[in-house]
Amino acid sequence: MSSGSPGWFARLRTSLGRTREAISSRLDALLLAPPDDAFFAGLEEVLIASDVGAGLSAEIVERLRRDPGARTAEAVRAALGTILRDLLGAPGSLSLDPAPAVVLVLGVNGSGKTTTIGKLAFRMRQEGRRVMMAAADTFRAAAIEQLELWGERAGAPVIRHQAGADPAAVVFDAAQAAQAREADVLIVDTAGRLHTKVNLMEELKKMDRVLARALPGSPIERLLVLDAGTGQNGLAQARRFHEAVGLTGVVLAKLDGTAKGGIAVAVTRDLGVPIAFVGIGEGLDDLVPFDPAAFVAALLTA
Amino acid sequence: MFEALQSRLGEIVRKIAGRGVLSPQDVEAVLREVRMALLEADVNFRVARDFVEGVRAAAVGQEVWKHLTPGQQVVKIVHQELIRLLGGAARELRVAAAPPTIILLVGLHGVGKTTTAGKLAGYLRRRGRSPLLVATDLKRPAAIRQLEIVGDQVGVPVFARHGETDPIGVARAAVEAAVADGHDVVIVDSAGRLHVDDDLMAELTGMHSALAPHEILLVLDAMAGQDAVRMAEQFGARIPLDGVVLTKLDGDARGGAALSVVATIGRPILFVGVGERPDALERFHPDRMASRILGMGDMLTLIERAEGAVSAEAAAELERKLRRHQFTFADFLEQLRQVRKMGPLEQLIEMVPGYARIREAGASVDEGQLSRVEAMIQSMTPQERDTPSVIDGSRRRRIARGSGVTVQDVNRLLKQFEQVRRLVRHADERGRGAGGTRSRTAPIPKEADRWQ
Repeated sequence: MSSGSPGWFARLRTSLGRTREAISSRLDALLLAPPDDAFFAGLEEVLIASDVGAGLSAEIVERLRRDPGARTAEAVRAALGTILRDLLGAPGSLSLDPAPAVVLVLGVNGSGKTTTIGKLAFRMRQEGRRVMMAAADTFRAAAIEQLELWGERAGAPVIRHQAGADPAAVVFDAAQAAQAREADVLIVDTAGRLHTKVNLMEELKKMDRVLARALPGSPIERLLVLDAGTGQNGLAQARRFHEAVGLTGVVLAKLDGTAKGGIAVAVTRDLGVPIAFVGIGEGLDDLVPFDPAAFVAALLTA
Repeated sequence: MFEALQSRLGEIVRKIAGRGVLSPQDVEAVLREVRMALLEADVNFRVARDFVEGVRAAAVGQEVWKHLTPGQQVVKIVHQELIRLLGGAARELRVAAAPPTIILLVGLHGVGKTTTAGKLAGYLRRRGRSPLLVATDLKRPAAIRQLEIVGDQVGVPVFARHGETDPIGVARAAVEAAVADGHDVVIVDSAGRLHVDDDLMAELTGMHSALAPHEILLVLDAMAGQDAVRMAEQFGARIPLDGVVLTKLDGDARGGAALSVVATIGRPILFVGVGERPDALERFHPDRMASRILGMGDMLTLIERAEGAVSAEAAAELERKLRRHQFTFADFLEQLRQVRKMGPLEQLIEMVPGYARIREAGASVDEGQLSRVEAMIQSMTPQERDTPSVIDGSRRRRIARGSGVTVQDVNRLLKQFEQVRRLVRHADERGRGAGGTRSRTAPIPKEADRWQ
């Protein structure tokens, strides 16, 4: 998918600008002085404050210190941007052929899975695809109802069982239905699970196996929804989910607050899994393709 | 994935241990490690900076560098300072002089407000209160339904107006209904909102003036990062926060953001959410949280429990027996019972530093195994317990029958027991060879005041 909405960063800024008076950028202030120890220490703090992580921040700043090409403040800014974009890699895109493609959406509790799915379904409907959804979060109270309401808004039917049902069974039925009704995409909502809960991670693997078996030849996207406000634990989350099912992409949700989502840099660097989308609001169209340049610009703005 | 602060400091200390005098650079190296550990636990960078300054001052003032184990002294200081920052002792929920007590839960999206509302209602109900839950999240799809289900799970009624769009009106009506129905606590679940969303924050201010809540609790995700402080400050700028509920603490997040929020807004953590079950809400313990942030496990509680279960004389006697290689099955049985007095094994092992890594490797504990071992030893004669070498084939069959296990189980126990004895002997010899057996990783003592 192309980064089809060049204005998302601008939109992000306006949505934030509602209340946030123009805070003078810490980085801008820093860059007025020639790079010295205090400058680099300040730079490191900007990165740490964005949740990039203490270790990775120190590493990045060390690279800048050693960079013979980065001797002026402006050169450091450019080099830093390059390093960060490099770490983030290319934005992810979903492979959806041949139909029916599966998008398995997973993450810890409260990361924003169901909302992301609603927006993703809407987006794919706008692209002219026939979308179905599977309500495989049978655990959390009213999760099924929540998904059904999103389904109505987005125009996508929801395959559901009763609360408390076996999620793997829901997924199996949904796969059958997607095939029978010739859906282009089946989006699967899973229950939030902490990555440390062995049984719940096994349950996830089972859903994944059932999908692969029920729809042989269909591509399966496995998207981790990561709250942009997550701290260093995000890395542990991503690792464990990746170990369990092999992630194909990350969705960085709730990027419309003041949290910078710097943990995404650590995650892409560590796992090589690309960021596919970012969530920037509560509206149906507030899920946009990831734009590394805009993300880095926002990251370095206080 | 994180190095525990103790082991990190241990490394540095080993490097500099040979020297008689510690240089200012050594001091700085230790403090740098402290800072890194805090940042990796998501302690806000400003809080971490101030904190390290405080520790530096304390360390210099107490001349810890003259101490035999300066690294451990620093860990102690850090630990005590963390407890102090976390608000010292836990506070009880406030109760209104004239009921109902009104509790308002606020926070970002997805932090666990609705789940917490239900758990809190159940907690209060179990303590003889008569709570009423109020659904004022009228924005998120199915949020009202979620609270209704959660309320049902804990047996607490839910006040909801489907189709209504004014949360303040709903909250007002709920308080009236609570008074009429004789509820003594009203728990108001609010919609998730961003601290930069002017309209929704204004709504919260309106809610505050309309309800005059007795407790406004900020619900905070244990996995939160650096931005948590700014978020909390901005919530606090709109409504007076009284305390914090920390959720999702059952994962492996270290929760440094919680410490930062408490340090910044100066309000304590009252409760922590520790699981998905409706009753998985606990009172907060600052000392345990401090250990967790440092990656130290919960050795303090573990030591406390051990002290409660094992007398000093019994421990000394055991050590004497081990050294003289007189450790028998009778002693083993005694040990086993003392360990079990300390609580469920699963709980104990979670307090051990580095347990997360053990669990990652897929290890699990089987409480039943302990019962089987106990049964096997109880099926032994006194002679067999004292001198396991007499246990031949027919005795093994008898022990197996007597304790309801297989002969293989008995064989395994005998083998393991022999291994333990050999291990102790071996360690003892090596220890003497190295010129001493004192552990370098002595646990942290409980007396807190010495460093304050």
